[in-house]
Amino acid sequence: MSSELDSDRRLPQLEQQVQTLFVRDRRSLSWVRIREKGIFLCLIGCGLFSLLITGSIIFVLASETFRFFQFPDVTLSNFFLSTEWNPLLGNTKSFGIWALISGTLMVTAIAMILALPLGLITAVYLSEYAPRRVRSTLKPILEILAGIPTVVYGFFALLTITPFLQWCYSGFNVYNAMSAGIAVGILCFPTVCSLAEDALQAVPSSLRDGAFGLGGTRFDATVKVIIPAALSGIISAFLLAIARAIGETMIVALAAGSRAQVTLNPGDEVQTMTGYMVQIAGGDVSNFGMEYYSMYAVAFTLFVITLTLTMIGNQIRKKYRETYE
Amino acid sequence: MSGNDSHGDSPLQGQSPDASTTEAVKQQAEPVTNGAPFDASKLVTSRNRITKDIRFRQMCIVTASASVLILVFLLGSLLVSGLPALSWTLLTGYPEPEPENAGLWPALMGTLWVCTMCALITLPLGIGTAILLEEFTPRNKLARNVLSLIQLNITNLAGVPSVVYGIIGLTAFVSMFSLFDDADSTDGPSMEMGAVYFDQFSNVASDPFLNTGDADARERYFLIPVDSRGAPVTVPKTGMLAYENGEAGFATVEILAIDPFTDEVSADADIMSRTIDNTSTPGRISEKQWYYLRLPFGRGVVAGALTLMLVILPVIIISTQEALRAVPATLRAGALGLGATPWQVVWNVTLPSAIPGIMTGAILAMSRAIGETAPILIIAGIVYIRSAPQHLMDDCTVMPLQIYNWIQRPQDEFHEIAAGGIVILLAILLTFNAVAILIRHRMQNKLR
Repeated sequence: MSSELDSDRRLPQLEQQVQTLFVRDRRSLSWVRIREKGIFLCLIGCGLFSLLITGSIIFVLASETFRFFQFPDVTLSNFFLSTEWNPLLGNTKSFGIWALISGTLMVTAIAMILALPLGLITAVYLSEYAPRRVRSTLKPILEILAGIPTVVYGFFALLTITPFLQWCYSGFNVYNAMSAGIAVGILCFPTVCSLAEDALQAVPSSLRDGAFGLGGTRFDATVKVIIPAALSGIISAFLLAIARAIGETMIVALAAGSRAQVTLNPGDEVQTMTGYMVQIAGGDVSNFGMEYYSMYAVAFTLFVITLTLTMIGNQIRKKYRETYE
Repeated sequence: MSGNDSHGDSPLQGQSPDASTTEAVKQQAEPVTNGAPFDASKLVTSRNRITKDIRFRQMCIVTASASVLILVFLLGSLLVSGLPALSWTLLTGYPEPEPENAGLWPALMGTLWVCTMCALITLPLGIGTAILLEEFTPRNKLARNVLSLIQLNITNLAGVPSVVYGIIGLTAFVSMFSLFDDADSTDGPSMEMGAVYFDQFSNVASDPFLNTGDADARERYFLIPVDSRGAPVTVPKTGMLAYENGEAGFATVEILAIDPFTDEVSADADIMSRTIDNTSTPGRISEKQWYYLRLPFGRGVVAGALTLMLVILPVIIISTQEALRAVPATLRAGALGLGATPWQVVWNVTLPSAIPGIMTGAILAMSRAIGETAPILIIAGIVYIRSAPQHLMDDCTVMPLQIYNWIQRPQDEFHEIAAGGIVILLAILLTFNAVAILIRHRMQNKLR
């Protein structure tokens, strides 16, 4: 009798306790839901920020380039057809972008003649031939090479490579395309190497085993099976390296010189697109003049070229990844 | 030989298995139907092939050791020219015009300020984006498209040359699309915060034109606070309180004001040393807190940090994504099965196990930011900075920029100290790299 009374008395109390527990739980659940939503929105914001960056790059470059072409002395035909780039001195200013593009191509070509074969062969060695111990020492060395700031390569080009070239052949100018090209090549070498090695590693080992099974040597397997299979990846590595070489700034600003001209002589001074931008930004050109806006036009050209190369490279790489995954 | 090649290629063209088998059958059948003579000399080439293989291996070893040689030669030549130039002055001095007294201290502090700011801004943004791309599966088509667009965008942003980012920073952060007044104009920037302006007066006693008889009167400066940079000039009055930056720090002083042409000049030296000529024009000076903020940012620390943020954001996102991808899916599934929400899974399970990978990527990205010259050069220009940055908007230079500045000069002495600076810079970067490699090594061992 008494126990029943007790339980009667206790029951509402318990009920209340249970209820408060549930309420708290519900409250905490709704709080969790709000928190989840809030965090998700923050993350979306982070993601959209990267789109905003691209948007603002295109907006800034396009609008300022447009402003550049508004100047009376600047014409589209002069910009795209002329080979004379003479923005700072003299009465007749000429903005022929080809002078800068040819300088850029010259340096890039020299760099790629050096970096592409060396990088590919080293990648093949690392991926197919090297014993594990060699691999584990070579890879950090390549990473260190990749991590050295470009201004250091510029110093190396100007004060080590150029004197060496002049010692070999006295026709080299103090500033020349050759030494800048060699330094850019050394800079791009680790990029080519690690990207190409990724591509070679992505080839399934069954293909390799098949080649060995047919009696092929390592050389046969590499040249006839693995490299063709990884070709798209290797091409994408090459394209990305070319894009990097075209966009390289400090080396050419220090070692390539500042005279924009179309020449085929690697011992002569050339100016690249990036070198011109550094010259304008570092010099005392009046802000918001014609020369200042020409920097944006050059940047836009550079951006379009490198973006095209990177996009094609990434597209090719994506394709080969899909084939083997 | 060409037939051999096509045979090797055929399974790799992505043809369907049926097509390749039929082709293989055809090729097998060919010699029989054509009745081609059996050529034994083509078979016995294994010795040739083996020598070719050995030659190729030797060539590989030579090129691979060339990369080591290049690194050794590069570091060696830098050390040879840089080590003799290393000195305490180089580390703690200011960039004086004489090479023997010049130092890197302002550039070192500038790098510290800019890169710390850059890391504080970039890490949350980059890790957030990577989490969004890796951990949240889109539920509908729109979300899927947006996420793949962001992914494509990031891979392409990683290929944009850093000098272009410098140009964007120049427009977007330094001048802010010219939406606001110029930071260097006389009226000052459009908006500022954390700065106090003073009018600075000197006392009458030290004025050579009002020689009061006290030849060795101490020159004292009094600061009277004003509301803003553009406020009207203060007219000093007797009894005003002013600050004085004395030997014991800031002190409040009661000042007297006289018109030296009409008022009588007191003979008391103490009074005279506190007396201001009320017709004099003061100089306007400012005292800025470390968090001083202004719009537009101008060529300061924040603009540099934001520009570097643009450069390394894609790098951090991509490396974080790779670190998150390496976390086994079973961990996530287990946490989800225990009733954790997606964010709880990320925060309590995925992030802790991906932290070493994320840190490796972040350290490598920061070492890239430290070495990046072109964007900072574009936004700051080649300027002569004499002091370490004092506040967030202060003009600054960074180590690679100072080194570039020195390399550019024609004198050999500057090249020597530039080599010394490069040795310091490389020492910092190699430390960063070593830490990153150590963390990764430890992580690999743990996973094994």
